[in-house]
Amino acid sequence: MTKSVLRGLRAAALTGTLVFGSHQALAAENPIKLGVLEDQSGDFAAATIGKVHAIQLATDEINKAGGIMGRPLELVAYDTQSDNTRYQEFMRRVLQRDKVDVVFAGFSSASREAYRPIVDQFNGFAFYNNQYEGGVCDGHMIVTGAVPEQQFSTLIPYMMEKYGKNVYTLAADYNFGQISAEWVRKIVKENGGKMAGEEFIPLGVSQFSQSIQNIQKAKPDFVVTLLVGTAQASYYEQAASANVNLPMASSVNVGQGYEHKRFKPPSLKDMYVTTNYIEEIDSPKSKEFYAKFKAKFPSEPYVNQEAENSYLAVYLYKQMVERAKSTKREDIRKVIAMGDVCMDAPEGKVCIDPKSQHMSHTIYLAKVGADHAISFPKTWEDIKPYWLGEAGCDLTKKDPMAQYTPSNPPPNP
Amino acid sequence: MDIATHVFSALYQFGDAFAFLVLSACGLAVIFGMMGVINLAHGEFIMCGAYVTAATVHAGLPLPLGILAGTVVSALVGVLVELAVIRHLYDRPLDTIVATWGLSLIATQGTLIMVGSTMAGVGTPFGSFQVGDYSYSIYRIVLFCSALGVLAALYALFNWTRFGVLARATIQVPHMAAALGVDTRLIYSLTFACGAGLAGLAGGLYAPTMTLVPTMGATFIMEAFVTVVIGGADVFLGTAPAGGVLAIVKSVMTSWQGQLFGQIGLLVAVIIVVRVLPKGISGFVLRERT
Repeated sequence: MTKSVLRGLRAAALTGTLVFGSHQALAAENPIKLGVLEDQSGDFAAATIGKVHAIQLATDEINKAGGIMGRPLELVAYDTQSDNTRYQEFMRRVLQRDKVDVVFAGFSSASREAYRPIVDQFNGFAFYNNQYEGGVCDGHMIVTGAVPEQQFSTLIPYMMEKYGKNVYTLAADYNFGQISAEWVRKIVKENGGKMAGEEFIPLGVSQFSQSIQNIQKAKPDFVVTLLVGTAQASYYEQAASANVNLPMASSVNVGQGYEHKRFKPPSLKDMYVTTNYIEEIDSPKSKEFYAKFKAKFPSEPYVNQEAENSYLAVYLYKQMVERAKSTKREDIRKVIAMGDVCMDAPEGKVCIDPKSQHMSHTIYLAKVGADHAISFPKTWEDIKPYWLGEAGCDLTKKDPMAQYTPSNPPPNP
Repeated sequence: MDIATHVFSALYQFGDAFAFLVLSACGLAVIFGMMGVINLAHGEFIMCGAYVTAATVHAGLPLPLGILAGTVVSALVGVLVELAVIRHLYDRPLDTIVATWGLSLIATQGTLIMVGSTMAGVGTPFGSFQVGDYSYSIYRIVLFCSALGVLAALYALFNWTRFGVLARATIQVPHMAAALGVDTRLIYSLTFACGAGLAGLAGGLYAPTMTLVPTMGATFIMEAFVTVVIGGADVFLGTAPAGGVLAIVKSVMTSWQGQLFGQIGLLVAVIIVVRVLPKGISGFVLRERT
């Protein structure tokens, strides 16, 4: 031990209580507040309770290691009950009354679009840690979930090559399903395939006899299932019992609602999903994350991609605040604009794209076997969320606070 | 594709929609249609039946016994609910809305907290069969037959048994029945339990085909209420034709334009029937008869 360290220790011992006391007082007075608006009950709860747990896990780890710039992270969590109006109500509450520094919010795209204008209005700062239909170009938002150019540009060509070019889409009837189906249509056309049919199912529908028959009538080579919520998940069981026996492709199943664990095999046989994380991923980083998760929440039914997105988002926020030395959105966005906000997440390396404030991902193709075991026929590393940037969204220059789609791209400058 | 394939497919879709409407609605037809209790916790009785069925099947019971267990447990829960809450509200029908809505919230959230956000399914039995180009699930035929069986059993129960007569008398003129020595409180309890049990049966029958989550009752409740509302007060004469009419509208609209239009068609049909026949289909049938 060197002399200077000894001296330091002695000084610490002398002033120990004082420093420790004032540090604690400062910390208690001055935490960084993180609002958490996620569905802990209602139709989406199965997929989203894990997000809240992931945020708690990351927060505990960060606080144990000394917080962010010495300030502890404090969670302000509300249950949004899978209800869009609750999102608006609680978003106003966390921004105005609780005065949080940042909000992690939202599962369904309908709820995101319900709260996003409020974040914009009160100049808040929100993370949407969920895969979605893409296109949100808003400086107040950071999206850590995967988007169609990451999930569909990989999945659909793979499926078309393997099974054939006739595609049927069965999608939830709201903004997510409609826009995702548009992406599928576009990619199928670009790859020389054709749509055998499309059907949009209202949220909450649980009986699929007629839809199953429509699919059999159209004779597609595979079905793209973009079904959302627990009621619609009844499709798989009903299709299996009617012996539809077609391969399925999805951006939301397994990775979100762990249907392969909930339904009896072989109802999800030959389901292919592109996801940036699921608990079956066999890498040291993934195993370590899964072990930590299970240690803290032993009864967690599944660690899904949104849990991982939420977990890494807390660490990304920590990194950005420490580099900006501020929790102000403007300062943090200056850090993002440097283009090197990256981290080694459980899925692999991820980086935030400054133009769209979306994230690059490692995309895993997960295949569900007849016994519902998962295999990974293919992995794509470092897939960038390129579409918004190429289409003309550049948040480092201009913040339109809007959502775009392939048929409604950003206006040309 | 030949005519037979089309006819069978149309019949199958009709039967499937009919089974869902009738099985969803039967319990409610007793509790709401007959007893006048606006039971917003109906879906949660269904959920209870489904959960008990799945849990007992996971524990090793064969499916039919599991469904029976679901039915019995729901009926017992129905007795408890009647004793604790509903009994005090028979002369305040509007207050039953608030009370049963509260019960439904407690049941949904309680299940979420105690059992978790999902429960593993049990798998649909029997496999499938092929007609023409289409393959169908055999279990859906079982559901259709169960719906017919339940309707027949209800008709027999309320028309041919002593309990049925007492129940109808008690509900029509309670003080007269009481004056004639009927234990009206017991009859009320048993009738409510019968309705709750039927809801449990619906849950048990649909448990193998659906996602098991605390909110699953909500997917039945709209169909159940519209069927009972347009059916009117008589359990058999109301529910059966109402289920038939709505199933035709729903299956035709769904096969023509998809699920969304199926739902729209269903609700438009309900509005028309309620407008033309304010006392429901059974009110119309019974008035014609007298």
